[in-house]
Amino acid sequence: MKNNFKEFKLYTIMSYSDKVIDHYQNPKNVGTLDKSQKNVGTGLVGAPECGDVMRLQIQVDEETGVITDAKFKTFGCGSAIASSSLATEWLKGKSVDDALKIDNMDIVEELHLPPVKIHCSVLAEDAIKSAINDYRVKNGLEQIKFQESVVH
Amino acid sequence: MLKLPVYLDNNATTQMDPRVLEAMIPYFTEHFGNAASRNHPFGWEAEEAVDYAREQVAKLIGCDPKEIIFTSGATESDNLAIKGVYEMYASKGNHIITATTEHKAVLDTCKHIEKIGGEVTYLEVNSEGLIDLKELEAAIKPTTILVAIMYANNEIGTIQPVKEISTIAKKHGVLFFTDATQAVGKIPVDVNKDGIDLMAFSAHKMYGPKGVGALYVRRKNPRVKVTAQMDGGGHERAMRSGTLNVPGIVGFGKACELCMLDMESDNKRISKMRDRLEAEFLKLEEAYVNGSREHRLPHVTNISFKHVEGEGLLMGFNKNIALSSGSACTSASLEPSYVLKALGLGDDLAHSSLRFGLGRFTTDEQIDYTIEQVSKTVLKLREMSPLWEMYKEGIDLNKIEWAAH
Repeated sequence: MKNNFKEFKLYTIMSYSDKVIDHYQNPKNVGTLDKSQKNVGTGLVGAPECGDVMRLQIQVDEETGVITDAKFKTFGCGSAIASSSLATEWLKGKSVDDALKIDNMDIVEELHLPPVKIHCSVLAEDAIKSAINDYRVKNGLEQIKFQESVVH
Repeated sequence: MLKLPVYLDNNATTQMDPRVLEAMIPYFTEHFGNAASRNHPFGWEAEEAVDYAREQVAKLIGCDPKEIIFTSGATESDNLAIKGVYEMYASKGNHIITATTEHKAVLDTCKHIEKIGGEVTYLEVNSEGLIDLKELEAAIKPTTILVAIMYANNEIGTIQPVKEISTIAKKHGVLFFTDATQAVGKIPVDVNKDGIDLMAFSAHKMYGPKGVGALYVRRKNPRVKVTAQMDGGGHERAMRSGTLNVPGIVGFGKACELCMLDMESDNKRISKMRDRLEAEFLKLEEAYVNGSREHRLPHVTNISFKHVEGEGLLMGFNKNIALSSGSACTSASLEPSYVLKALGLGDDLAHSSLRFGLGRFTTDEQIDYTIEQVSKTVLKLREMSPLWEMYKEGIDLNKIEWAAH
């Protein structure tokens, strides 16, 4: 009983892991890519009313299909900022196809996000998919239909 | 010298004044008697201490000591006042009028009243957080038994026109109850000048101990009664049973005495710091004060820093500065502050708000530090905010179709 209480307190009060704090203090790849470029895909997800908005952009080498650059800007809590910062780090150097395999639970595990912050990782996954779809449409490819995420 | 961490959450609770602790200590060990033990010195000592504290409390709010009912805190006092009046005056009616920006202890008690057959009207507030007196008067009907409007709001510090409210209530023969938890000890409150019939307040918001509060219940013009909500030994004029928390009550009394002594000088110093803090933040672009600046507690300011999210903002300095945010992320629900929403603020601004609550122990150095740290974090997060970028590009954020989330 005592231990349970301790755990509960850790989750609700000290909900930031060292990794979240590090990304918050030293966010990777904050910035803006030129969205008018054909090889840049932009994903804008979330809503101001919900307290989270993420914009994630990828720049793709059209020859190889590899993501050469990724940038983000996020309005949200520390976990939302960390999730998007981590996502840009993972995206760089990946092929677009591999980028599609990034799952929100990978982000949860890497950042040790508590249950109340899982929606931040879902948003990051949505941002990745949305950026990829934007890139595909710009390059005459079909949009990929994704299943609605459950944790919204 | 700068003392860290900085505590600016004085609307949540206050640091106990060392002078209060000093007064309490003997009543834990030496004078441990039960104030209800009438037949030995231990009981007499305790009773005497409680009587003295009752006088100290009564003096602060300008009432007779007999009109003070000691409770465990403001939440219990709110419950006792509303449920107690509802039961006691059932033959007269079942309608209660309150406001949407009340504390949960009042709102949830009113919800309970609705569940057991009562009727409740929730008055809206304007953008300053004030109720409309005409709406209040129009809401009164023959079955109305109670008007429950807070003295000052806990999130934005807005002070309601209490005197005018009580005049309207009196005119219609309706009782007036006010939750004055944030006001008593901070600004002059006089139950007779203000025309208050019942009033809830608490020790820990005014540099006293937690776990003790009071309900003021008027005895004359009119004589007000509430039905007890706990059965037992019939303490506190049979309105609140339970052995009195003697050390807590002693501390409460001392805290009231100190507030009375220090209020004027405290307020002069604190409001000057608050105004300085506010002025510096308003120098930042797109920063807005929430609620009335004119009718407001001297130690509170609630500010929205547009395009940055409150919890993200707090994370920038919450190791060193203790503050609250109206953002959803700080609470269990995902809804931002209902008080800020009631002012007509969009959810986005509510998510971007911070509440600064200064107090007796706040120093100028701490205010300097807070100005520096909060401003720095706001600027840093705006550089990271897509909304800020769009705002700077002149994009109307209200016209964007945000993905449903």
